[in-house]
Amino acid sequence: MKSLIRMLREFKMTPVKWLIANTIAWLIGFVWILPFIGIFMASIRPFEELVEGWWNFASFHPTLEKYYEALFHPYYPLWRGLINSLIITVPSTIIPVLLAAMASYAFARFSFPIKNYLFLTMLFIMAVPQQMMVIPLFFMMNSIGLLDTYLGLILIHSSWGIPWITFFLRNYFSMIPKEYEEAALVDGATYWQIFTRIVFPVSLPGIISAAVLQFAWVWNDFFFALVFLLSPEKYVATRILPSLKGEYHVDWGLLSAGSILVMLIPVLLYFALNKYYIRGFTGWALKG
Amino acid sequence: MKDVLEKASFLIPALLLIFTFVIYPTIATILLSFNINLIPGVNLVEGSTSLENYVKVLTSEEFINPTGLRTSSFPMGAIVHNVIWILIHLPATTILGLLLAVFLQNIKGSSIIRSMIFLGMVIPMVVGALMIAFSFNKDMGIVPSIFKCLGILSLYKTWTSYPDTALLSLIIGSIWLWTGFSVTLYSAGLASIPKELIEAAKIDGAPFRVILFKIIIPLLRPVTVTVVAMTILWVLKIFDIVYVATRGGPGGASMVMALLMWDYFARMNAYTLSATIATLLTIIVLPVVILWIRYATRGE
Repeated sequence: MKSLIRMLREFKMTPVKWLIANTIAWLIGFVWILPFIGIFMASIRPFEELVEGWWNFASFHPTLEKYYEALFHPYYPLWRGLINSLIITVPSTIIPVLLAAMASYAFARFSFPIKNYLFLTMLFIMAVPQQMMVIPLFFMMNSIGLLDTYLGLILIHSSWGIPWITFFLRNYFSMIPKEYEEAALVDGATYWQIFTRIVFPVSLPGIISAAVLQFAWVWNDFFFALVFLLSPEKYVATRILPSLKGEYHVDWGLLSAGSILVMLIPVLLYFALNKYYIRGFTGWALKG
Repeated sequence: MKDVLEKASFLIPALLLIFTFVIYPTIATILLSFNINLIPGVNLVEGSTSLENYVKVLTSEEFINPTGLRTSSFPMGAIVHNVIWILIHLPATTILGLLLAVFLQNIKGSSIIRSMIFLGMVIPMVVGALMIAFSFNKDMGIVPSIFKCLGILSLYKTWTSYPDTALLSLIIGSIWLWTGFSVTLYSAGLASIPKELIEAAKIDGAPFRVILFKIIIPLLRPVTVTVVAMTILWVLKIFDIVYVATRGGPGGASMVMALLMWDYFARMNAYTLSATIATLLTIIVLPVVILWIRYATRGE
């Protein structure tokens, strides 16, 4: 209460104004998540109730049937999609984060001839559209037997993630004071020892931020998965979801339940690691 | 020498992956658009080295549709749709993001509201697309029902199924999904503005309008540059939303460049034309990227 009074005084607001402003703000938030509430309702309510509008609660009989149907769909079982997504996403997070951490250490600490050009190239690659590489990669993967394999997609996602993580971590590493490393060098430590024992542990918050965002990005990706995984039993979750639409009649209950299941992991990740998520997001963009 | 090898070992794995899976295919795509095949083992090129693919793409109705432009009816062509998308989406998310960030500053529980708005950035775009289709669906969605209540029956329909509203519904949906990005960046930027600055202006009796335009907006310029650059890049590359919600339809009314590229690649197996659209997309994206890089790395 005391803090509220202080706040009112600070912003020269009358209580009425304060109440109105807060009500409007919460209304905006509510409007923003209306579609989320909508598909949640669609996922737990039978079709007969939905045609009256999901916001109509004249009769309300929640059921989890659609979740079961989506998970064990005869042609596109979502449980397998979720497992496939994990199989792809975990290595596609670990590999680029480790390799990019090494590269950004080199960019932050070593001086070598074409360093600035290399770094600029990395920046450019960050913005090149995914569409720009799929045609040659499709045929290249096919001829080396990596098309339609988990490994192939993991390699592509990893390579795709390295540039932005390198950019992000290089900024992070440049902010670490060099004194410890210099002292260690004088004591005869190798660069590898310095990297694994000093730089990596000290930068862990930054590395977690990068990993969280890369994980979410790979999990959410649709385009690469669409091009490089062809057999339905290898489909990832984002690829299976649109297939649940059906040919003639759209089953919104099924699609909604599927949507909730597919977004569950990134949303949980966002709330559980919110600090890291936002830092990864803003740190990357606000640097300019 | 040992020193050099040790230093190189930090860079080589990353560079090797980037070169094989990003740089080489990018170059191969550019060459493919000129009918030069750099991909071993297959022959994707029929004609001889020339600009014929560019002529074909730039004069195709899917890319730019003169009839649609003249009668201002959809489809107007993929690149026109992309431009329309930017013209609506960019000002909307930038202004909305700034205003919401300023407004939410003094609100109790503002971090929760910001999280609610940011949720659109967290979920897969595929799910976002389904939610857009759902919300604009005549039977299921809240938007057509609102127009029904307002008595505007012409908009009481499934928006994604009609040429005149398909693209618009996707654009509104993308604004809904992406406002969280600008709100979050502007909020972080606002938090870094010294409080004394705004306090001093308030004590001097400056009205809110003056504080906004003379202090907040100029100080948030770096954020605005990033928001504008990122938004343009995203909208140009937009794919998932369109693929899932409308497949570019009906009749190409919501076709965009990235989806047209995919159609040529996967449905028509017209690889050189597909590579041409991808290259055109990159050429359009490039100036934004260069400006943004110059801005982000200035002073280094």
